[in-house]
Amino acid sequence: MSDLSTAGPPPGETEYQRVQRSDEFQGLRRAFRNFVFPMTALFLVWYFVYVLLANYAHDFMSIRLGDSNITVGLLFGLGQFVSTFVITMLYARWANRKFDARADALRREIEEGEL
Amino acid sequence: MSGILTESVAGATGAPVVSAAEATDVGNPWVNIGIFAAFVLVTLVIVFRASRQNKSAADFYAGGRNFTGPQNGTAIAGDYLSAASFLGICGAIAINGYDGFLYSIGFLVAWLVALLLVAELLRNTGKFTMADVLSFRLRQRPVRMAAALATLLVVFFYLLAQMAGAGGLVALLLGVDSRAGQSLVIAVVGALMILYVLVGGMKGTTWVQIIKAVLLIAGAAIMTVWVLAQFGFNLSDLLGGAVQAAGEGGESLLEPGKQYGIDGTSKLSFLSLALALVLGTAGLPHVLMRFYTVPTAKEARRSVVWAIWLIGIFYLFTLVLGYGAGALVGPETINNAPGGVNSAAPLLAFALGGEILLGLISAVAFATILAVVAGLTITAAASFSHDIYANVIKKGKVKPDSEVRIARWTVVVIGIIAIVGGIFAQNQNVAFLVALAFAVAASANLPTIVFSLFWKRFNTAGALWSIYGGLISCIVLIVLSPTVSGDEKAMFPGADFAVFPLTNPGLVSIPLGFLLGIVGTLLSKEKPHPEKFAEMEVRSLTGAGAEKATAKH
Repeated sequence: MSDLSTAGPPPGETEYQRVQRSDEFQGLRRAFRNFVFPMTALFLVWYFVYVLLANYAHDFMSIRLGDSNITVGLLFGLGQFVSTFVITMLYARWANRKFDARADALRREIEEGEL
Repeated sequence: MSGILTESVAGATGAPVVSAAEATDVGNPWVNIGIFAAFVLVTLVIVFRASRQNKSAADFYAGGRNFTGPQNGTAIAGDYLSAASFLGICGAIAINGYDGFLYSIGFLVAWLVALLLVAELLRNTGKFTMADVLSFRLRQRPVRMAAALATLLVVFFYLLAQMAGAGGLVALLLGVDSRAGQSLVIAVVGALMILYVLVGGMKGTTWVQIIKAVLLIAGAAIMTVWVLAQFGFNLSDLLGGAVQAAGEGGESLLEPGKQYGIDGTSKLSFLSLALALVLGTAGLPHVLMRFYTVPTAKEARRSVVWAIWLIGIFYLFTLVLGYGAGALVGPETINNAPGGVNSAAPLLAFALGGEILLGLISAVAFATILAVVAGLTITAAASFSHDIYANVIKKGKVKPDSEVRIARWTVVVIGIIAIVGGIFAQNQNVAFLVALAFAVAASANLPTIVFSLFWKRFNTAGALWSIYGGLISCIVLIVLSPTVSGDEKAMFPGADFAVFPLTNPGLVSIPLGFLLGIVGTLLSKEKPHPEKFAEMEVRSLTGAGAEKATAKH
């Protein structure tokens, strides 16, 4: 899409299409996808690794830690909670610090018709 | 696979039907009723106060979009933590140990899909319903119709399970055993729900959910500390207590597989459920609609962050409460109580704090049903009135006033359907309906949401193939599964047409939903609409042109 930008705006292009082609928007979109897609893949893989272990590796998940009643499976399960909380915080921090300012600037430009 | 059934409180009705002789002699029903009545009174006052600002469609459907992230996050937790989560998961952990814990994890991790891929983009592009987003750049009427049908079906399945569960809960908590008595309570719950939604709209519903979430989480927190205190705040000792109380073979409570690990088929069933849980949440219409009650996408993000913390912490409490019930009440007592596994948490409350704590927990469980059905009803009403009536039948040429009027009538109709359905469904095993709702959400709704937000080429045919394909495959597979026939715990235990061995259709229907979306898109000759995609993509990421909050009061 960005190769179009050198050829000048095609006829009948809408405001939104012009914004969509802009470098600012393309950069924003890339930043969003580069954060969100790998993170989604990561937590889904980690979740299914856990589910498959719990489903098919009973012996491993049943190993007790020392003399306690805590099992490897319990730790893995609690690990899912920890990872969910951590990813939530990472995303919120990233979005608040890096994403919002860029998105807001673009929104203002669009709404004020400056783009 | 009784465990999968416990994921809804409807398991209570499905559990061996309680005879009058076994009626609970635990606690004092009048204390339970009194505390519940106090909850109803307080919430009604709040709902009536909220109703003063209920004027526009945005007020009725979206609470004026004026809730803050933390408020909405708490309401989401109140909406999501149904009686199933509380009673069902506590009971499942008490009886089946680790496997009960296992699926609380699916319920939680699922929120990351909503956080990362759906919540903010949906808030920025839509207005009131899921169909707003799905039909944004596709052919309005067919896609809206399909999305509205999927919404109504998911809501109906979920609603029926909740209402039927109310009957079981009554037997357990109030000592009402007669069919007539339980029907009466279902009717009262339904009537209250109609009143809340009719008067309070989304604003009233949201406050009911917020209050309920605070009560539920606070109650669970108190019980958790109480249980832990009995074991010197040592988790390992608590687990040891549960193992000891279970007697022979109790060790298996700490290991996976007690419930799902019976054979290869049950393991595949669990895998299927795990898939439906993690992908279903972000496609549940009543969850999606909550994102419209905040003013901006940033607040939608804050809502989900709050919801994840509250829901996650709550599920950690249920881990302690479940093993605590196992240790302090014992699995045998739980299994023999009316309501079976669902009685674990109330029995634990009684063991810890006597009638008062039991009364509190029981009232919270009722409040839970009330808050969840109210949220479901307003979602269905919005979908029927905004999508089907205003946009499909009237082609968008309709005054906002008459749209809201239709929505209010829909609330009454849905309330009556829920009451009648709930009365018929009591003592039927309808617990599979919750699993079905998640499976439909994951196979019919989520693929279309994701494709329409992220895939430029996606078109009307793809959306229709995906929604109808996901929907139909889910329903057909569940009808042909052992939850409906061919099993002693099935809905029709006498018949046997269960040719599909898994109790959850997700493993087949979810990949199918995604696949049909792709195939339908590629086979269609529909001309692309790059200008609509540009508008949707730019709006979804920047928030330009997003619906604004109505003026603050």
